[in-house]
Amino acid sequence: MKKLILGVLLAAVPLAAMSSSAVHLDSANIDLSDQASLQRGAKYYFNYCAGCHSLKYMRYNRMGRDLGLTDQQVMDNLMFAGKKIGSNITIAMDPAQSTAWFGVAPPDLTLMVRTKKQGIDWLYSYLRSFYVDPSRPWGVNNIVFPDVGMPHVLWEQQGFQTAVFREETDEYGIKRKIFERFDLETPGELTPPEYDGMIGDLVNFLAYTAEPMKLERQQLGIYVLLFLAVFFVLAYLLKKEYWKDVH
Amino acid sequence: MSMLTNVVGWIDDRFPLTKVWNEHLAQYYAPKNFNFWYYFGSLAILMLVNQIVTGIWLAMNYKPDAAVAFASVEYIMRDVDWGWLLRYMHSTGASFFFIAVYLHMFRALLYGSYRKPRELLWIFGMIIYVALMAESFMGYLLPWGQMSYWGAQVIISLFGAIPVVGDDLALWIRGDYVVADATLNRFFAFHVVAVPLVLIILVFVHIVALHKVGSNNPDGIEIKKGPKGNRWSDTAPADGIPFHPYYSVKDIVGVIVFLALFSVVLFFMPEFGGWFLEPDNFLPADPLKTPEHIVPLWYFTPFYAILRAVPDKFGGVLAMGAAIFVLFLLPWLDRSPVKSVRYRGPLFKIALAVFVVSFVALGYLGTQPATPLSTNFARLFSILYFLFFLLMPIYTKLDKTKPVPERVTK
Repeated sequence: MKKLILGVLLAAVPLAAMSSSAVHLDSANIDLSDQASLQRGAKYYFNYCAGCHSLKYMRYNRMGRDLGLTDQQVMDNLMFAGKKIGSNITIAMDPAQSTAWFGVAPPDLTLMVRTKKQGIDWLYSYLRSFYVDPSRPWGVNNIVFPDVGMPHVLWEQQGFQTAVFREETDEYGIKRKIFERFDLETPGELTPPEYDGMIGDLVNFLAYTAEPMKLERQQLGIYVLLFLAVFFVLAYLLKKEYWKDVH
Repeated sequence: MSMLTNVVGWIDDRFPLTKVWNEHLAQYYAPKNFNFWYYFGSLAILMLVNQIVTGIWLAMNYKPDAAVAFASVEYIMRDVDWGWLLRYMHSTGASFFFIAVYLHMFRALLYGSYRKPRELLWIFGMIIYVALMAESFMGYLLPWGQMSYWGAQVIISLFGAIPVVGDDLALWIRGDYVVADATLNRFFAFHVVAVPLVLIILVFVHIVALHKVGSNNPDGIEIKKGPKGNRWSDTAPADGIPFHPYYSVKDIVGVIVFLALFSVVLFFMPEFGGWFLEPDNFLPADPLKTPEHIVPLWYFTPFYAILRAVPDKFGGVLAMGAAIFVLFLLPWLDRSPVKSVRYRGPLFKIALAVFVVSFVALGYLGTQPATPLSTNFARLFSILYFLFFLLMPIYTKLDKTKPVPERVTK
């Protein structure tokens, strides 16, 4: 019987294996409990992203509370549109117009990191993978998200990099461009490690908005499991006591 | 105590409280040799209760309206007190419900629990399973994410493959030419009222049928036909013990272990790597943008793989229907003189192993994009799946069985 159970469990292993994506993603190593990082991430978001991308499922005051900011601080530093502190983080850009400008309306980013497997690493890699490509409308392309409609908004910080490809012929004789590395052509205001740190903070903030209750959920989970562990001992002893009668 | 006795007596004169309690719990004699596999019936009931209770509170804040349904789920996750807990309990509960039900059904296969006199019990169980599939399919549309939307679009379009009436039937189900607000609204009605009502009634009937014929056990012996008399009653089966308190205290232990696994997923990995909550479902439904690869949730994928394995669409629909329908026939396909796998011969054991591997493999293939190679594998496993049932009358008859003991073993 034990062999049978084991067999069924083993047969289910492929179910748990995740498929890997084709592009290599760098690990973001974020820390949701690092409030300073989240605050910096929020600052970057509202300075560079919030013009086009809403966070419409998130409210200003909830965000402030979770990030250790007072309502006044949020109103003074992060709210630019004269909205109420309890309102959702929406934007003024008209989707019809932004579709005309970018080819597609910039998506809401509240849940962005949850819309992909490894979404956190994906976003971290994506924001560091813009490269110069004169054939694109905004002069840049992206390795992680080829032919993306978004310009390289953070060019002042990162500068511009070029992508180096090598050509490979596959087994069917088709030539493919394989990405090798980036070369920083025009340095920005930040050094590459500083820029990575900035993107890390930004990704941390968006990981927070995707699931604001994540830390609370894990904390509660530990209490629930501890309770169940104690309950298990009592229930098991109770069962043993009753089952003494059964022969 | 006498106060309580008086109250119970007053009720008993007007309602058979003590009688029901005794017949179904305190003096319902279950075989004393239940093992691991016998936890999953009570665990399935636990999950049914979990789904109903969390569902009530979710319905208080959810809006079945295509314009705001997706946002209302995020409202529950963020602005409703403990809303995230209710939502994750419900989404994790759906998958754990199916885990419990699949293991409960597998138990029936192992020990022949569908055999005479339990044919009706099995059929009620199968109807519960089909109702549960309908319930989860319609519930999955409600978050109105991309996978909700396109999953429903694909599954409802299957009805369109039926000759002559198909297109009209699909239109009638959707209430629109595509999955739309009308579909969401009616699915909500079915998901929160109609199907749960059917499920509760069927579970009640399932238990009534079980208590009429008595529980099977890992030895596949009818304890009612064995010797009488145990320490609780002279007329009860010698190998039986009262369900309460013996199995009630035992099931509590199982409940705690199950809830611990449930909590690990709920609190630490609610998406379960995209298997319980799919990444595409965090994008709002967009009728103009088809996801790269549409898959149903894991508990449907074995049947989805069978559907895709058949080259013809209507043929695939028929095969998928047949894969479920053939389970109903199980009591009459099995011709073995013994019930339990313990006393069956090698033929049945091999057939069962092949069946389990086929079912799991189909489940895996159903989650993957269809390639020529994977489709051929899906065909192979689909054929094996059906052969398990179609050849059953033959191999169960030919099989060399072992003698069944008079009394249950430990």
